[in-house]
Amino acid sequence: LIYCYRKPKTKRAKRFLEKREPKLNENTKNAMLIKGGNANLTVTEVLKDIYAVKKPFAILYKRKNITRPFEDQTSLEFFSKKSDCSLFLFGSHNKKRPNNLVIGRMFDYHVLDMIELGVEKFVSLKEIKNSKCPEGTKPMLIFAGDMFDVNEECRRLKSLLIDFFRGPTVPSIRLAGLEYILHFTAVDGKIYMRSYKVLLKKSGCKIPRIELEEMGPSLDLVMRRTHLASDDLYKLSLKQPKGLKPKKKKNISHDVFGTTYGRIHMQKQDLSKLQTRKMKGLKKRPAEKSAEDGGATPKKLKSA
Amino acid sequence: MAAVRVEAVLAAAEEQEAEKRRSIAVEKELELEYDLGNLLAVDRNPPPAAALRGAGPRREALLRALARDNTQLLVSRLWELPAERAGGAGGPLVAQLPEPTFRLPREKPPPKPRPPTRWEQFARLKGIRRKKKTSLVWDEQAKEWRRRWGYRRAGGDPSRAWLAEVPAGADPEEDQFARLRREKRERVARNELNRLRNLARAHRAGSAVPAAPLHPTGHQDRDELRHVARVARVSTASLGRFQPRLPKESAEPPSRSGGKKRRFEPLLGNLAAERSRQLELLRDMGKKKPVLDITRAVNKQMRQEEAEAAAANKGKKQSKRGKRGRRQQRPGRSGKKSGARRQPQQQKAAGGGSGG
Repeated sequence: LIYCYRKPKTKRAKRFLEKREPKLNENTKNAMLIKGGNANLTVTEVLKDIYAVKKPFAILYKRKNITRPFEDQTSLEFFSKKSDCSLFLFGSHNKKRPNNLVIGRMFDYHVLDMIELGVEKFVSLKEIKNSKCPEGTKPMLIFAGDMFDVNEECRRLKSLLIDFFRGPTVPSIRLAGLEYILHFTAVDGKIYMRSYKVLLKKSGCKIPRIELEEMGPSLDLVMRRTHLASDDLYKLSLKQPKGLKPKKKKNISHDVFGTTYGRIHMQKQDLSKLQTRKMKGLKKRPAEKSAEDGGATPKKLKSA
Repeated sequence: MAAVRVEAVLAAAEEQEAEKRRSIAVEKELELEYDLGNLLAVDRNPPPAAALRGAGPRREALLRALARDNTQLLVSRLWELPAERAGGAGGPLVAQLPEPTFRLPREKPPPKPRPPTRWEQFARLKGIRRKKKTSLVWDEQAKEWRRRWGYRRAGGDPSRAWLAEVPAGADPEEDQFARLRREKRERVARNELNRLRNLARAHRAGSAVPAAPLHPTGHQDRDELRHVARVARVSTASLGRFQPRLPKESAEPPSRSGGKKRRFEPLLGNLAAERSRQLELLRDMGKKKPVLDITRAVNKQMRQEEAEAAAANKGKKQSKRGKRGRRQQRPGRSGKKSGARRQPQQQKAAGGGSGG
């Protein structure tokens, strides 16, 4: 809004622009789900299911868009600018790359990272017939497997998946509402994504016992091409502004065990005049007091 | 007797089963890493690869068991968070989540603080601080609290003012209403001009730093790389004067205006250089052979025209004649054209000589 050469003339336009400008605390990232020129049924179903998972922070484009993300990113960037989405999922299908999904994110409306995944097996929401959890539930995310830390590509993929499925950041959460879990297992160069509905059962103690019920879309993915951002661009995108850091309170320090220590600065005190607890037994008797003074203060004689 | 013992054993076994089903303990080799702000858990234990290889329900069961264990651990951690009952005693149990620790890239770069406007700089210099103004002002005429500006403001509706006093030293014939309207228009225009000036100043200040857009690797074209290399060379303390050149970089320093301004030699400078230049000129003028190499000029012209034709006919079918056919069409026509085009001003005599 600061750099608008044309001031918005209505309050609604002003709100629209304010929502899109860079802020200290950012909005939840929106995702755009795009079909390529040759998307087939599987890929379309995948996009629809992911849209159902990510509602209302996702936009599903109905029409096919003939672009190739890995060759030319301008059309993706144009879409991102128009709909203010910084995550995207592009589905296509051809003989060389069957059931292809390109998952990616943007920084400042330019493509940051893109990873191409192939869908080998897909079980959609409709095929598993049981009750689903409500729309917009914040999912729990679990990544299993040491493959996610092996190389930079897998690490970026993990970061991308967390970014994609994270949902809004909330300060507190209702414990009974933890219903949805997305579990990613990386084994043998393949990534198995499974979604389960969480059932909390009684256990002996306060913490409930978990039973899982297979619910949502389950995908078997294999990593194909990648297009990752250079290190310095990635570092630039990770940079957080200074205003977000919690202000350090002076004179307060924490122990390893969690004890909080405070430091108080006092003025100089006269220890002889300190007000302590009165012990009646230790009180000076009048005789002792006069002996100390040396009889310097005799009783006043009544004048006759 | 035996029956009772068997029953007791069965009952004990069943109780044990029930106990296991209700237990929340999970055994793991490596502890999971938790990021409770994101409801995230990372399990570094290598999964049983051999068992997961074979497709089918066995793999699903294994994945589900693994997921159940991990979820149990995550939920135990979440239940240990400080929780309270939201909305009174009967409300749902709500846990306070900590800040997310997993670093994720931002959507947009952090907002840059805008540079202060001219007035703000002046105010800071003089120590002028903003006076807090009340939102409502007492309107004596209407005998109520009215807004300071806007709908139904305190001074009455300015468009319905029916009286405009002629000030002391003004021309009696002048239209005061017109004057007021004109002055308001001028004020509005001046404010708008100042606002745009402040914006332009802020914009210029922001782009003074040459922020070359860093595209992801593999998409930097030659011009971008050249620009970035030039910026990098000039970013030293001595502004690039003592930087060694790259192997294929050009030798002379690139001009800042991009070659737009003409530079002339000083009038009374290098006498020897001037002498040699004039002698060379005379030599060229007196030569029998033309300075212009016709074949080279013709080839260059042909290539240029081919490139133009290719750009114009992009997507359309190429003509059947092909390169050879096109080349045979050219020479006669282009010789004269290129000859005329490539003649610099000094060599009028040579052109005249070759033409004549």
